Amino acid sequence: MDIIEKVIQRLRSPGKKGIAGIWLDEHKLVHAAREARKSGLTKFEAISPFPLHDIDAAMGIPMSFIPWVTFIMGLTGFGFGTWFTWWASSQDWALIIGGKPMWSLPAFVPVMFECTILFAALSSVGALIWLCGLPKIDPPVIDPDLTSHKFALFVPEDDTGFNAANIEKMFKDMGAVEVKRTEF
Amino acid sequence: MIRRNPLVLGNKTYANVTEDISSLLERFPGPTYYVGLAGALFLLFIFLFAQGMISTFGMGLMGTNHPVGWGVDIITFVFWIGIGHAGTLISAVLFLFRQKWRTSIARTAEAMTVFAVMTAGVFPLLHTGRPWLAYWLLPYPNQRGPLWVNFRSPLVWDVFAVSTYATVSMVFWYIGMVPDLATVRDRAQNVWRKRIYGALSLGWRGTARNWNHYEMVYMLLAGLSTPLVLSVHSIVSFDFAVAVLPGWHTTIFPPYFVAGAIFSGFAMVVTLMSVLREIVPVFKDYLTLDHMEAMNKIIMCTGLMVGYAYGSEFFVAWYSGVEYEVFIFKNRAFGPYGWSYWIMVTCNVIIPQIFWFRWARRSIPTMFVVSIFVNIGMWFERFVITVTSLHRDFLPSNWGMWVPTAYDMGALFGSFGLFFTLFLLYIRTLPAISIAEVKPVLGVGREGEGHGHH
Repeated sequence: MDIIEKVIQRLRSPGKKGIAGIWLDEHKLVHAAREARKSGLTKFEAISPFPLHDIDAAMGIPMSFIPWVTFIMGLTGFGFGTWFTWWASSQDWALIIGGKPMWSLPAFVPVMFECTILFAALSSVGALIWLCGLPKIDPPVIDPDLTSHKFALFVPEDDTGFNAANIEKMFKDMGAVEVKRTEF
Repeated sequence: MIRRNPLVLGNKTYANVTEDISSLLERFPGPTYYVGLAGALFLLFIFLFAQGMISTFGMGLMGTNHPVGWGVDIITFVFWIGIGHAGTLISAVLFLFRQKWRTSIARTAEAMTVFAVMTAGVFPLLHTGRPWLAYWLLPYPNQRGPLWVNFRSPLVWDVFAVSTYATVSMVFWYIGMVPDLATVRDRAQNVWRKRIYGALSLGWRGTARNWNHYEMVYMLLAGLSTPLVLSVHSIVSFDFAVAVLPGWHTTIFPPYFVAGAIFSGFAMVVTLMSVLREIVPVFKDYLTLDHMEAMNKIIMCTGLMVGYAYGSEFFVAWYSGVEYEVFIFKNRAFGPYGWSYWIMVTCNVIIPQIFWFRWARRSIPTMFVVSIFVNIGMWFERFVITVTSLHRDFLPSNWGMWVPTAYDMGALFGSFGLFFTLFLLYIRTLPAISIAEVKPVLGVGREGEGHGHH
């Protein structure tokens, strides 16, 4: 049971202390994120109920590298399908079926194709779950409406150049409807 | 400039969208729902009874016999798999083509895919006669050698295609739902509700870094599902096309089956959506007449494609000069099962032509009736392909007729019980419209209104 407890401990991320600003307009959030980055902050998070397209540039988030996982695992799946149909049909127990060659490649294409798709799809989803740190048990939530119609920036206390008074002022100046000290 | 019609009516705000879609999960349904659920459960009971009897006493209870060895099981399997295809088309193909109108129908169409594939999957397993040995279909290390499955068999390709399709569709559906489950979790007042939806949402919080990966994976899954969905019905058609039987041995089968699958699937989406709009009136703002019209256009277009395939098959049979091919097609249209051929042509080719008229494409009762006819017609298409090709082959001494039994009928009609039970439970437990995907398209068609958000 030790392992289970350890896993649960890992999934219960305690959350960091910091300051959150809440906006009602996504454009103001993107603007605030851009300003926060300019002021030298690096570890802050932007939270929104749906994906915002300008936020990646504003926060300097690079393009996701998951396509490489998909590509490599797709190739792996293709290789596995090819190898397995070859090995099972012509090496491990070769059976003559319909007078075809033992390794009748065209007949194996459907299996090779499906293995490619299955490996690529499941590994991409696995990569997503890993990179987003999911699953998390009861992660701290700044405001329940952040999955509905509010937008937030959260700056953790350990961020470079963290200064509570300055950040609170900056958020208020940029139109935050609420600024609070919280955990995330 | 041509103005676009709004994708969502009623000048909704973000909060309205959240409220409209998730409040459905937070109140008890009305009496209509329970009546519908009772009907679905009754059909499900018939299904379980029929399949339980068949599993216990054997395949002899069904009408399949020599020479028609493929009956209701295979027909209904292909029928349900085909229905599933429209969901993937809407969620993946239309996504890649940047068709923003797909957003409000994608979730329910994908749910339909998942449930249709689940329903379809039961049939080949029961057709094996010994469903408890169904795992023999998979290549696993066994004590018989190991003796591997025959990878040259289209039926094994089917196992790979359908199981991959079921897995990827479910994952795509679930990953699409994670942010919405988080929305439902954050609205929950009840502690159990919060726990269940919290577990289902995996603790999603929607940070920009997470959305960045999320959107990429969503696009990758759409890109992987697109060739997958085309491969699945192509492989299903290989079950027939790889055999040397006249009427099956045709190169047109893969595209013909894919077009037919999209056709029948969109008909099922229209059937479900036109009912859903009535029982949940607030959804009329999201599933607008423009959405229904777009789907009806696709139904008409793919209906013409299958009509072309029906004609092309006759032409190729005549042009081949093979007497068995010519015979099978004459027998198909004018033989003892000729009635089924003409039901198919009427339902699939003639009736959808009404969608040339704009009023018909925008009239809910009309489209509901047409979609039911298309569903019937597409079941008969698979009936025609399976039964008329098998019942009279090369030797007249080998001819026979196929008559379904009560168990065949129980399996067929009962399968709707399984599908609708799952669908009705889904409507009330999971967000039926993608909350996070609808919000970014609220502005479409509202440009220049000075709307607050854009």
